[in-house]
Amino acid sequence: MLVKIRLLDIAHARSGDKGDTGNVGVIARRPEYYPILTKYLTIEHVKRHFAGITLGKVERYELPNLWALNFLLHESLGGGGTKSLKNDAQGKTLSGAMLRMELEIEEEITL
Amino acid sequence: MRDNIRIASGQGFWGDLLTAPYDQVTKGPIDYMMMDYLAEVTMSIMQKQKRKDPKVGYARDLIPLIGKILPIIVEKNIKVITNGGGVNPGACRDAIFQAASKLGIKGLKIGVVLGDDILDRLDELSARGIQLSNMETSESLSTVRDQVMSANVYFGAWPIVEALKQGAQIVITGRTTDTGLTLAPMIYEFGWRRDDWDSIAAGTVAGHILECGGQASGGNFSGDWRSVSDLAHIGFPIAEAYPDAQIVITKHDNTGGLVSMQTVKEQLLYEIGDPKNYITPDCIADFTTIQLEEVGANRVRVYGVKGRPATEFYKVSMSYLDGYTALGTLTYAWPDALEKARASDQILRTRLGDLGLQFDEIRSEFVGYNSCHGALADHVDDINEVVLRVGVRGRDYDDVERFGMEIAPLILTGPPGVTGFAGGRPKPSEVVAYWPALIPKSAVQPQVIVESV
Repeated sequence: MLVKIRLLDIAHARSGDKGDTGNVGVIARRPEYYPILTKYLTIEHVKRHFAGITLGKVERYELPNLWALNFLLHESLGGGGTKSLKNDAQGKTLSGAMLRMELEIEEEITL
Repeated sequence: MRDNIRIASGQGFWGDLLTAPYDQVTKGPIDYMMMDYLAEVTMSIMQKQKRKDPKVGYARDLIPLIGKILPIIVEKNIKVITNGGGVNPGACRDAIFQAASKLGIKGLKIGVVLGDDILDRLDELSARGIQLSNMETSESLSTVRDQVMSANVYFGAWPIVEALKQGAQIVITGRTTDTGLTLAPMIYEFGWRRDDWDSIAAGTVAGHILECGGQASGGNFSGDWRSVSDLAHIGFPIAEAYPDAQIVITKHDNTGGLVSMQTVKEQLLYEIGDPKNYITPDCIADFTTIQLEEVGANRVRVYGVKGRPATEFYKVSMSYLDGYTALGTLTYAWPDALEKARASDQILRTRLGDLGLQFDEIRSEFVGYNSCHGALADHVDDINEVVLRVGVRGRDYDDVERFGMEIAPLILTGPPGVTGFAGGRPKPSEVVAYWPALIPKSAVQPQVIVESV
């Protein structure tokens, strides 16, 4: 049976910018949630989630030592720096946008 | 050799909490304080200021701030390291010497690190075959050469180490990596070798944790943010470093905020790319080797860090002028707030079109509804109020300025129930674009000058 959760339930996150690329670090709240992050937060899924925001490619890096994944969201900040017309030109709120993600997982977890 | 040294973070950016450095030098023991001032666009602002007045071009906040802590750091022998020298570290030093003499402090030694500013050397370097092409797009610098406003090499820790060896109590640099400010005192105190890559990487990791000030000690924390106590009196982070390259991240007792595994992890992930290749002038640190352990209240041990040899290049950060932007906002209230804001946006765009103004981009966002999460924002039916935020970007100053005259008229010639136009007409601001490049280390020499009065 699939269980519906929000990423916010099992992870916290911080985001920032490098030019027009946003970075979002997603950290499991408990070590047992880390495999869920690696399994469900695929590049394809994250790219779909950020449709309309991320115009470029998505890269994913694993940091099992921190129970964390680091995502690079290319072409997400309206040109970046002082060029960007976005309210969030520095991608500070991309972390929250990531944590909105709804997941249907088959694992049993205690929240 | 000392058993350990305590390096405090005093400022995380130009504009940070002004009380933090004073708190760091008074609320508990520290040996060093680092203060980071330079973001990527900061140097271009400073170059512009220096062109008007050769005595400025550094972080001017620094002078009253140092003035306030100077008697304390002299008494306690706390050393201060900052990149707030911007494009004019010498002028920054002279201003601090003046402040010291007003306070009757004698014998203060200040070191400056120069040589990072290569704005006047671009043609010479080009003639020598050093092209400084954009390292992300591979474009040739010639495409923007005439618009370049600043060009600085990122130096690392070693020039600061040299200044400390010469006895400097305050070290002022220009464009130095944020991490180098924290790493330098560890190298100096513990005698780490240039090729002790693991130790250098550990100090670099500590630098990354400290470089954004309170963001490692409970600020901007997305875990259980309600659990962070007394952010009003947040204690900025402190790195307690040991000769074997173990680091304990902590903060002063009796301060607010929180140092935990979670707050440290969030900062470790902040603005990084490939975690196995965190590249600085000093080393390549592998962030996937970092081990963390909570060893007490507000104490997190960082250990196990692995590093690899530094590259043969320095990174160069250049900025160039790339057109203009302007930004207008209007607030729409219930009823039909969002619908009216959207209608107003359409009227505005029609008028801009009728005027024949040329823009590269017009962007409309609805603050209170979707300005942060865009397409991901949940649909709302009946919002109480919303801010229409319209920005334009273009090459032509006059067109961008003309846009600014089209906002206020919407109040009396558009949908009803609109307010919030107190700031006057939006004015064009310059777009300062960023041009990253690489330069062989052999092409630039840091200069270290230590003087006292």
